[in-house]
Amino acid sequence: MEIKGINIPPVFSLLIWIGLWEVVGRMDLAFILPPFTAVISELTVLIVRPDFLAAAWMTFKAFAIGMFFAITGGVFLGFVMGTNKTANSILGMWVNILASAPLSSLVPVLMLLFGLGQLTVIIIVALFSIWIITLDTYAGVLHTQNSLKEMGRSFGASKWQLISKIVFWSALPEILAGIRLGLIRAVKGIVIGQLLLSVVALGRMFRTFSDNFQFTEFWALTLILFVFALLFSTLVGLLEKRVEYYAGTRT
Amino acid sequence: MNASPDSTNSAATALPGSSLEVSGFRVRLTGFQLRLISVIVFFTAWQIAGLIPISPAFPTFTATMASMFEMTFDGTMIAAYIETLKPLALGVGISATFGVAIGVSMGLYKGSRWLFEPIFVVLQASPVAALIPLITYAYGIGLTAKTIAVIILASPIIVLNTYKAVGNASPVLIQMCCSFQGTRLQQIWKVIIPNAAPVIFAGLRLGVAAGFIGVILAELLITPTGIGDIISYNRSIANYPHMYAAVLSIIVFSAVMVGLLEKAEVRYFRPEKKRGN
Amino acid sequence: MNQAVHLPLLDEATPADPTSNIVAVRGITKYYGTDVHALENINLDFPTGQMTTLLGPSGCGKTTLLKIVAGLLEATSGEVFVKGKPVTGPGPERAFVFQDFALLPWATVTRNVAFGLELTGAPKKEREDIARSFIDKVGLAGFEEKYPHELSGGMRQRVGLARALAVDADVLLMDEPFSAVDEQNRRKFQEDLLRLLSVENKTVLFVTHSIEEAVYVSDQIVLLSPRPGRIHSIIRPELDRSESPDDIRRDKIYLDTVEEIWGNIRKYLE
Repeated sequence: MEIKGINIPPVFSLLIWIGLWEVVGRMDLAFILPPFTAVISELTVLIVRPDFLAAAWMTFKAFAIGMFFAITGGVFLGFVMGTNKTANSILGMWVNILASAPLSSLVPVLMLLFGLGQLTVIIIVALFSIWIITLDTYAGVLHTQNSLKEMGRSFGASKWQLISKIVFWSALPEILAGIRLGLIRAVKGIVIGQLLLSVVALGRMFRTFSDNFQFTEFWALTLILFVFALLFSTLVGLLEKRVEYYAGTRT
Repeated sequence: MNASPDSTNSAATALPGSSLEVSGFRVRLTGFQLRLISVIVFFTAWQIAGLIPISPAFPTFTATMASMFEMTFDGTMIAAYIETLKPLALGVGISATFGVAIGVSMGLYKGSRWLFEPIFVVLQASPVAALIPLITYAYGIGLTAKTIAVIILASPIIVLNTYKAVGNASPVLIQMCCSFQGTRLQQIWKVIIPNAAPVIFAGLRLGVAAGFIGVILAELLITPTGIGDIISYNRSIANYPHMYAAVLSIIVFSAVMVGLLEKAEVRYFRPEKKRGN
Repeated sequence: MNQAVHLPLLDEATPADPTSNIVAVRGITKYYGTDVHALENINLDFPTGQMTTLLGPSGCGKTTLLKIVAGLLEATSGEVFVKGKPVTGPGPERAFVFQDFALLPWATVTRNVAFGLELTGAPKKEREDIARSFIDKVGLAGFEEKYPHELSGGMRQRVGLARALAVDADVLLMDEPFSAVDEQNRRKFQEDLLRLLSVENKTVLFVTHSIEEAVYVSDQIVLLSPRPGRIHSIIRPELDRSESPDDIRRDKIYLDTVEEIWGNIRKYLE
């Protein structure tokens, strides 16, 4: 968009939406939507509250541990599926079902089996993100150029060298794309999980805020989560860009 | 595939199968047979885990299936599905109508892209599910609230897929259309939209998957109705077989539905993928 | 040394002559952005009913020139006249054959061939009849209901050619039409193309980087120098077209002309 010859980046259109939010909030059209400015000033208070910091730290820990298992497990499964036909025809179906299944319905079962604590949250994080990482890794492994693999074999590469020196690097752009999508799903999963658990960390805060009609606090908390989700996916996106140059040259 | 050297039978080698070593001799199984076996193994493992039991809240597979039949035949399940699918269909329908319209406009017009792209990227990357508890304050616990839950989860992916598909229209085909003096309208209707159709449809499929998450979440969280209600009610009265049956059925149901949509996508939008490949 | 006739270069703008030259290019210069200089002051005439090839090393702007004539690209300066009228965009008297075929993957061969007519609003029955007759002429009878992905590269380009012929334009613009077709099919296709054009009476502008192909198919070859593209020379191989394809390829004039062009082009590669 250009105004008077000055190019305005698309990000600035968010200001229009925020402005709209502010206006709707101020006109009291919807009591669940306080003005943006009020939410921001509440956010500055909330972000230093010890109970928020404790909850955020707990959530982050669960997130990091869950993601660790999702990435290692997902990449491993993807490689197994991409290199072994039998494994692919067995696993392919399960992974595809789980990648698009409404996993929110599994949360109550996990709560029963693993309690209402951190363990369940970690499992939810891993469960939400692992399948997309598996699928993308698999796609990356599968799309490795045959000529590259044949080149490696003709120079006498062992099976392990073939995977670690050729296939892995060739699949890296897809793996990173999978991790970025997995991160996004994990953030969604952790929110869904904590909302349903409603007794740990941020979930408890959400519950308290909504039960006490503290909508400003509720929105402030939501906004913080949004910013974190964007931050994570942007970071992996940047990493992805660094390896994209060679993804682009592939046929 | 490890076809043994003496089996030159072309019919056997042409089958998309795998071989499995079982106690010294090879059996060749098709992908379908392998998947069937994996399903049987999974249910058997479930059965054994339930018999031990690994947890008091872990019913056996057979008990779960018995509950599933019971609920199917006494009508509970059907009523619940109608209850759950109504907001899903409504929400996905609304998201599809407006989402595709917005996405197409973003693909075609710079101004629309400028205005909508950042907001939908933010919505797609963010855990908008956090807002579901708020909906109930504004719209109660009825159909409207559930439909809105579906819309906020399903629409970003639909919009963004449509936008990507339309924005990445093949420049060669557009040039071809120009060289035959196609008008802008013909270019949009005869080249850009059909060219984008497969990806738009894939977006709708992802939208349905996201909508399932939204509707179940809404039912578990705010409006105790439908499948979500069967899950939480039976959990509260510790009728675990019933609860597990509901969870299993909704996962299978959505998998089948999304799978059918995928089949339809290949069937109607991607003739180049239909055979072989 | 050889019997190929060299024409004097057109240095200054001469008025377009629509009677013998259906396409006239006058002073075309093309810049991409500010620093990529693709073409410099091109003046050319394309005789009616003949096949003219634009030949040159990659990056000499031959495709750019073709797309300017097609009206798909705008020149930075200069004008193109078709039948004496300046070109402002694509027109019904010109039809383009694309390097990568540009077929609609969701449409059958028939609909692809009829697509140009579909855009002009011709009734379905009429355009499909026309399409079928051209599908037959390019040798694809029996493939009417197939989809592009079910055809080989050579067959796909035959569809592209049939589509261009179906709109009955006077000028065919062909952008490296055989570069994605394998060698054997390419030869067969070149022969079929010449046979077809001798019946259809079209003017053809043909872009290629293959010297043999240029000499084999052309009445007139325009040799372009690398970036910025300028006209190096214009060559008219005086081949006896009544000979069989194999005899032409063994003809002394054919072989000499190929050698001469290669001698000119190799300078640019060193």
